[in-house]
Amino acid sequence: MNDTALEVVDLVKRYDTRTALDGLSFDVGRGTVCALLGPNGAGKTSTVEIAEGFRTADGGSVTVLGHRPQDPAVRPRVGVMPQSGGGYPGLKAAELLDLFAAFHAHPLDPSDLIERLGLGEVAGTPFRRLSGGQQQRLSLAMAVVGRPELVFLDEPTAGLDPQARRATWELIEALRHDGVTVLLTTHLMDEAEQLADDVVVIDHGRLVARGTVAALTHSDGEIRFRAAPGLALEIAGATVTETEGRYLVRGLAGPALLAAVTGWCATHGVMPQDLQTQRSLEDVFLDLTGRDLRS
Amino acid sequence: MSTWTPGSLAPRPEAAPLGRMLRAQTRAELTLTLRNSEQVLLTLVIPLGLLVVLTLVPFIAVTGRRADFFVPGILALAIMSSAFTGQAIATGFERQYGVLKRLGATPLPRWVLLLAKTLGVLAVELLQLVLICVVGLALGWHPHGTPTVVAFVVLGTAAFSGLGLLLGGTLSGLTTLAAANLVWFVLLLLGGVVFPLTEFGGAADLLRLLPTAALSNGLRQLLQHGVTSGRDLLALAVWAVVALTAAARAFRWE
Repeated sequence: MNDTALEVVDLVKRYDTRTALDGLSFDVGRGTVCALLGPNGAGKTSTVEIAEGFRTADGGSVTVLGHRPQDPAVRPRVGVMPQSGGGYPGLKAAELLDLFAAFHAHPLDPSDLIERLGLGEVAGTPFRRLSGGQQQRLSLAMAVVGRPELVFLDEPTAGLDPQARRATWELIEALRHDGVTVLLTTHLMDEAEQLADDVVVIDHGRLVARGTVAALTHSDGEIRFRAAPGLALEIAGATVTETEGRYLVRGLAGPALLAAVTGWCATHGVMPQDLQTQRSLEDVFLDLTGRDLRS
Repeated sequence: MSTWTPGSLAPRPEAAPLGRMLRAQTRAELTLTLRNSEQVLLTLVIPLGLLVVLTLVPFIAVTGRRADFFVPGILALAIMSSAFTGQAIATGFERQYGVLKRLGATPLPRWVLLLAKTLGVLAVELLQLVLICVVGLALGWHPHGTPTVVAFVVLGTAAFSGLGLLLGGTLSGLTTLAAANLVWFVLLLLGGVVFPLTEFGGAADLLRLLPTAALSNGLRQLLQHGVTSGRDLLALAVWAVVALTAAARAFRWE
């Protein structure tokens, strides 16, 4: 059995004159969770929808579990949670999940799934009367009820309250534990840090960076903190830069640098705020994709 | 929120047997129709109300027993309401809400989905026909029955389903809603349901080519006079082939 669940090679997608995907390549290993990150309009949903078989590529290829995305053989093996919608407004939550369970030979128990996702009290409520967060969770349940090998989750926690987000994360972690491959798109850096084995950052339809969260945020020999501006901070063997009270100390890797920085602070009665010994994924993301607002 | 038992989500993918999918989807289609008050109004309340009022209140002159004239027309209206108008509106909104797209990502084959929709329509029609016949008999209807009636119902359903799927499969939900209701109303007036086609003078021959008129006239010839109208049967067959072919080509799932 091939150990790649999803393979994207030189993928190109154009809408009229706009190029949404411009030669994107990456792959997702079996049983791993991959987070696809990118600013609005970077091409995340285009990528996912081509892999789901909803859209066709203008160039390159996508291989899903060894098949073309449109191959009917793929359908039972893949679960899909679109960014929004997808439920009959007039069907009750439990009826909708029962319907999707009936498409599969060995589905999860729908009522158990509904309880575990905290939807027990609204099982008899029509889809259209569910809150946005409840619809999201039901949609997630519809994606996994068939016990798929590979799940596509397009912004699964967008608009969820912290409890619902936690429940979604627990489910994704359980999926990974049980060997299900997950490709999720998200805007939430903490979500990617928490869940993803691999992060793929795309922008303007191209791959910008990929790797484990640890590898992407790794910044040996860098310490950042905030303090009052204009401190005369000097550390032997290290360079110090400051931007409006944000200090970056670069020097020899290791705890000695940390001790030197905190030692200086102690001597001078300075309390460093937000002291970080590695970059956050958000820093990495903003460095890679820029700080301009996207439409 | 409880945690997950390790192994409980382990992959075990396999499509369900087609029969199970078909049953589940048909039940869903039927549930949606019967739960939707607009659909019930359109497919049951209006046809039955019109049948009672038109038969009992003599403001439209017809030849022969009033129930004998109106029951076949109302049967045609009922079939048009469920197979065309109801199906078009439901399909248009299902596309708009992304339901059909999402179903496309499940193991449910598209032909099973369309078959389930058809079975849902046929089940509603059965309910309509039984109620209309019972009310008709209570109003003094004396039908001539022949098995050819089934041919008219099936061809009529096929023609109107094709037209409904063509409309609902190409336009947005709201546009479909407006167009399907408008067409329903025009065909109600011009399709030999309420007014005898003879009222339209020289245009009657042309109007008989409309699917509603062909169905109402064909059913009336058969049930009132015991005559099979080959011309109407042929008109419906042509509508069925053309509409279903066009729908199959133009239908968009999103």
